[in-house]
Amino acid sequence: MATLEGNADPREVSVVRRRFRATRVTGASHPRVRGDGRRSFLITLIAVLTVAAFLSPMLRSAMYAIKSTDQISQAGTPVYPADPVTFTYQGKDLPILRVPIDGTVRELALFEPARKQSTFIDPVAPDAAPIVWLGSWRTLENVWEFAPHWENFAKVWNLIDYPRLLFNTAMIALIRMIGTLLSCTLVAYGFARFQFPGRTVLFTLLIATIFLPTAVTIIPTYTIYSKLGWVGTWLPLLVPTFFANAFDVFLMRQYFMTIPTEMDEAAAIDGAGPFRTLWSVLLPQAIPVVVAVAIFHLVYSWNDFFGPVLYLSGTPDLQTLALGLSRFNGIHFRDPGLIQAGTLMTLVIPVVAFLLTQRFFTRGLVVTGVEK
Amino acid sequence: MTTPGVARPHGRLRLSGLAWRRARWGYLFIAPWLIGFVLFTAFPMIATLVFSFTNVNLAQTEPLRFVGLENYQDLLGDRQAWDSLAVTLKFALLALPVAVCLPLLVALMLHSRHLRGSGGFRVLFYLPYVIPFVAGVLIWRDMLNVDSGWVDGFLRFIGIQHPPDWLQDPTWIYVGLVLMSVWGIGAGIIVYLAGLKGVPTELYDAALIDGAGAMASLRHVTIPMISPVIFYTLVLGVVEVLQYFLVPLVLKNGTGEPGGTTLFYNLYIYKSFFTFQNMSYGATLAWVLFLIALAVTLLLFRSARRWVYYAGEAR
Repeated sequence: MATLEGNADPREVSVVRRRFRATRVTGASHPRVRGDGRRSFLITLIAVLTVAAFLSPMLRSAMYAIKSTDQISQAGTPVYPADPVTFTYQGKDLPILRVPIDGTVRELALFEPARKQSTFIDPVAPDAAPIVWLGSWRTLENVWEFAPHWENFAKVWNLIDYPRLLFNTAMIALIRMIGTLLSCTLVAYGFARFQFPGRTVLFTLLIATIFLPTAVTIIPTYTIYSKLGWVGTWLPLLVPTFFANAFDVFLMRQYFMTIPTEMDEAAAIDGAGPFRTLWSVLLPQAIPVVVAVAIFHLVYSWNDFFGPVLYLSGTPDLQTLALGLSRFNGIHFRDPGLIQAGTLMTLVIPVVAFLLTQRFFTRGLVVTGVEK
Repeated sequence: MTTPGVARPHGRLRLSGLAWRRARWGYLFIAPWLIGFVLFTAFPMIATLVFSFTNVNLAQTEPLRFVGLENYQDLLGDRQAWDSLAVTLKFALLALPVAVCLPLLVALMLHSRHLRGSGGFRVLFYLPYVIPFVAGVLIWRDMLNVDSGWVDGFLRFIGIQHPPDWLQDPTWIYVGLVLMSVWGIGAGIIVYLAGLKGVPTELYDAALIDGAGAMASLRHVTIPMISPVIFYTLVLGVVEVLQYFLVPLVLKNGTGEPGGTTLFYNLYIYKSFFTFQNMSYGATLAWVLFLIALAVTLLLFRSARRWVYYAGEAR
């Protein structure tokens, strides 16, 4: 709470700094006692099962994305993407079924299907006499083999004009990231390094905006954008980011306050103005927080749905992936394979970006969460 | 007058001049936010309030006029507004405990010294948090499908004959939505983990000497020590749940199906504005939401004095 008031208690500040600098949030703080291997195994097993259940929807989505439409529309097919196995006999592809004969199940190719009895060929010995089986062949199960179908991705690529949506999403995310970095750096610097009347009140006001419901500002804002002719352009999404936001200012200010002021003062004595001090003294020491804010905002913007749906619904050419996916779902909702392929194509970039930079990510979250 | 390096016979005067110059720089640097605050927050908020006392709408047919509290009176008699508020509250009662407790449970598991590879688990639990929200909704919609979903597949496997149709059945819809929201616990886990790391180990040792078991030390050491983090998660959770509506918007196209159970209060605001183009009524609903959010947040901050423990603060 003390940090919120703007007084830099050096002890607390050093904690922030250490936490931010530390290579890992959780490390080996407890010495591992020998002999509790069984307990360790048990807890690790529980964790594995929990995380497997937690991420299973992703696995399912990936499976569906590479299943054929035929497989999805049939009941009783394998969970993994698969095709029915066939056997080519006399120039025809015959499905292979599991046929119970004399107490054993044999995998035979269906040669002449009929209602009451069918004729089968043994794929291992096709020249042998056909086998007649009494019963309805429709009750028999297919033999399946693993067969991923990649064509869903190609279909989605063309159907939703993926390259254009990707370009739009990336451009919007990039410009928003630049706007956020520029404005939040300046504002955080102002709050962290300068004394001025009303600073505490203004900072509290800034933090209070985090708790403000969007609905209470959106109606006049939308009306004004509409009058300005900005609805149907990227401007409503881009312009506000150049005016800073509470989360990122808070994060950067907390970090700036952990950097000792001696360097600033030395630079000032050497005749550096505030801008120069920020650029050549503070920012080089604040790279981790700058990267954290950049990635945060990139992912945030990539995943934003509400902004695009408000302002870009009527202009398909300017839409982002998230909005495009939702529109796509409205058209192709009957084809789960296509939907899941589109879903994977939308989430792959933020997920990879996160995996590559996850250390910055988690550290940034820790500062926003714990220091309040 | 303020040339640096000169001896200071009028030290105080010069210092205040310098301080004033520093203050001006301060205002200059925070100017982007100040301007943005006025343009995008303060002004629209006041405009929303003004709208709520007038009869503005996008298809303006009658002349613009001041209507006093008419919109608020309409709101009192509007069955749909009350129903949607009830929907939001019902969902909140189910979603909030999960949003506060589930990340804590996972964090406790990840914090256990018996767990191998906790860093890897942390990344995996956080991962869904970066998945675009529309993608997450579509993945979960199919996951919860009564025929092809894995959740019901699993329930059938363990012997439940007729597992619920989570997203179509009014009885189960909120449970279904809460299941979907589970993918958002990543941030909470990270924050809780950092809180758990901050608990001094001496306290656990002391508890052990006093004969406290695992549960007792969780209750009397861990929970009080991380109460600021619990508070933070709770406040953000409340703000989020009061504004909840995007998932049902994507899932049900804003229809409120099944049986009006997904017509959340916020959805009603956006419908009054975008579908019915009634800005004044939308603004009225929005201000009421703001007042509710304000009241709940203030209540929480007030209650915090009783149960949130800040180390190093005399309370």
